[in-house]
Amino acid sequence: MSDKTVKSLLTVSHLKTHFFTEDGVVKAVDDVSFHINEGEIVGLVGESGCGKTVTSLSIIGLISKPGKVVDGEILYEGQDLLKLSYEQLSDIRGNRISMIFQQPQTSLNPVFTVGEQVAEVLQIHRGMSTKEAWEHAVEMLSQVGIPSPEKRAFAYPHELSGGQAQRVMIAMALIMKPNLLIADEPTTALDVTIQAQILDLMRGLNKKMGTAIILITHDLGVIAGIAGRVAVMYAGKIVEQSTVETLFEDPRHPYTKGLINSIPILGRVKNRLEVIPGVVPNLIDLPQGCAFAPRCEARTANGLEICAEQMPDMTPIADGHEVRCWLYTDQDKPSPKKSL
Amino acid sequence: MHLDTEHIAPGEILVEVKNLVKYFPIRGGVLRRVVDWVKAVDGVSFGIRRGETLGLVGESGCGKTTLGITMLRLLKPNSGQVDFAGVNIYDLNTEQLKMMRRKMQIIFQDPYASLNPRKPIGESIMAGLNIHGIGTRHERVDIMLDMLQKVGLEGYYAHRFPHEFSGGQRQRIGIARALALQPEFVICDEPISALDVSIQSQVLNLLKDLQDEYHLTYLFIAHNLSVVEFISDRVAVMYLGKIVELAAREELFSHPLHYYTQAIMSAIPIADPKANRQRIILEGEVPTPINPPSGCHFHPRCPLATQECMLEEPPFLEVKPDHWVACWHIGLDIPVNSQLEEMPRER
Repeated sequence: MSDKTVKSLLTVSHLKTHFFTEDGVVKAVDDVSFHINEGEIVGLVGESGCGKTVTSLSIIGLISKPGKVVDGEILYEGQDLLKLSYEQLSDIRGNRISMIFQQPQTSLNPVFTVGEQVAEVLQIHRGMSTKEAWEHAVEMLSQVGIPSPEKRAFAYPHELSGGQAQRVMIAMALIMKPNLLIADEPTTALDVTIQAQILDLMRGLNKKMGTAIILITHDLGVIAGIAGRVAVMYAGKIVEQSTVETLFEDPRHPYTKGLINSIPILGRVKNRLEVIPGVVPNLIDLPQGCAFAPRCEARTANGLEICAEQMPDMTPIADGHEVRCWLYTDQDKPSPKKSL
Repeated sequence: MHLDTEHIAPGEILVEVKNLVKYFPIRGGVLRRVVDWVKAVDGVSFGIRRGETLGLVGESGCGKTTLGITMLRLLKPNSGQVDFAGVNIYDLNTEQLKMMRRKMQIIFQDPYASLNPRKPIGESIMAGLNIHGIGTRHERVDIMLDMLQKVGLEGYYAHRFPHEFSGGQRQRIGIARALALQPEFVICDEPISALDVSIQSQVLNLLKDLQDEYHLTYLFIAHNLSVVEFISDRVAVMYLGKIVELAAREELFSHPLHYYTQAIMSAIPIADPKANRQRIILEGEVPTPINPPSGCHFHPRCPLATQECMLEEPPFLEVKPDHWVACWHIGLDIPVNSQLEEMPRER
């Protein structure tokens, strides 16, 4: 984390993942670009259906029919993950890149003990013997804070609470010491006191093992507490990207501003909350132009016509701060194919 | 018996819960005998004042929903009583109960499950009016259309079915249905936790506006402290079937006395990377309400716990004017904050 030379670990460029359904094409992820450096924690924030989970599933190659990655590039340590064969990808998945999910209880196999499930990872990727793998698994369970791990390793998933199940998932994900962990809403299903424990654990493992984390959440509070950089997604696109401090201090995109102002913050009592009017659009028939335009009050206030006609490009407005909004984009320029 | 509420001035107690207990039996064995009890609500007492919003926070499984449902007599309590306008609602006969139900309504958490999928939403909103035989058919339709408009929906939506609406709109429909009967007291059971972030603030503002307009009294059940702080006048904190602390909002959030209250306040993620605060990370999990820990239910997770906490349950006392707390370690002359700093903290 404290390394002076920042090395990029994963770079996603112009990723497009579409779902070809009977009702039409759902552009779940549409031209998403971001990167994560070694040892960094990057937050991906947005409301349900904005494409944050599909982005992460695209990275580890878990998109299944009717979905398809139709365009883009995912560079991981110099190789494009989208061009790898199934075997090559399997070798990276669970080994170099791991993922944990929102519902730990349903992500674990109910008919095997948790020890077996954690050990299995080592048997598959390292070809370890059952006994050796078991010992490592118990050691890992203790690292993620499972009390009396040598006993709990024999427990089945239904015997664990939500928080403990999530710890087991983290143990499984990190036992190969991957350099990238994708955490998809890891604390959403947990109670607030347990959420604090799990976030603390992830923070600690990030420091200790240097695992970079892509944290996907809808909770701006979680992001503020743990991430270094943030990308805000709306309707399949990243609309703003910056460091956490900048995002909360100086949000530029009207959606980001609206989102930050619409949540009640502990200790800052307001009489009324600010409101983003309207609803999240359906990804099948997205409005032409900017997807946020129909809900955007800044657009009407500034009399911008172009928002309804054309989608703006990501525009850098400061070092490491990019926004996709016509308020900050030069309209006269014919949109060049921008490079990241 | 009359359920007249006229004589209760704003600020006076409208609903009073007295030592309410609700246990669920666990049956086992061949004979399906009761082998154990889930102590969902385990002796709870508090009052709700007319026109106020009382926030009720707690983690999942602490009994807050059971408490709400039992307060409406949708479940029978094992003991205790709930007085609405001075009348114990469990003493009412069927006829009186029906009258009472007009005055007390509930808004449910899941707007997807709480509307009849086969009925146009207009019918759902009017169902209560029909049951109570209010007005003519025409008048009922007028009330329904008026309610739709009040919650921000168009009148022509009345003929549509629930699946045609988004979550936020369905929650508005649920609110319209609850308010159609012009209740006095509304229980909002996690009304926004199933909604998208950008929709939550719309519904919160709506609930506040409607409260002002109709002089409603709310019991607002939620697990999110920031939301509770936004909407409540007073806040009750629940842990494993018991209320551990109850105070006015400013008082509770600036001087939380119970260690559990302090812990959940410090655990809640704040949407501000610069927020600088005490971090208390509680160890362990919430125990199950089946055979909860002895004495103070919180003692296994409490760093202040002593022998006394393990043996005997602390009484729920008013330690300052209108600030109630159940803890053996309050009332010591230690300001809470300095007490906190000395606390050993995990990691």
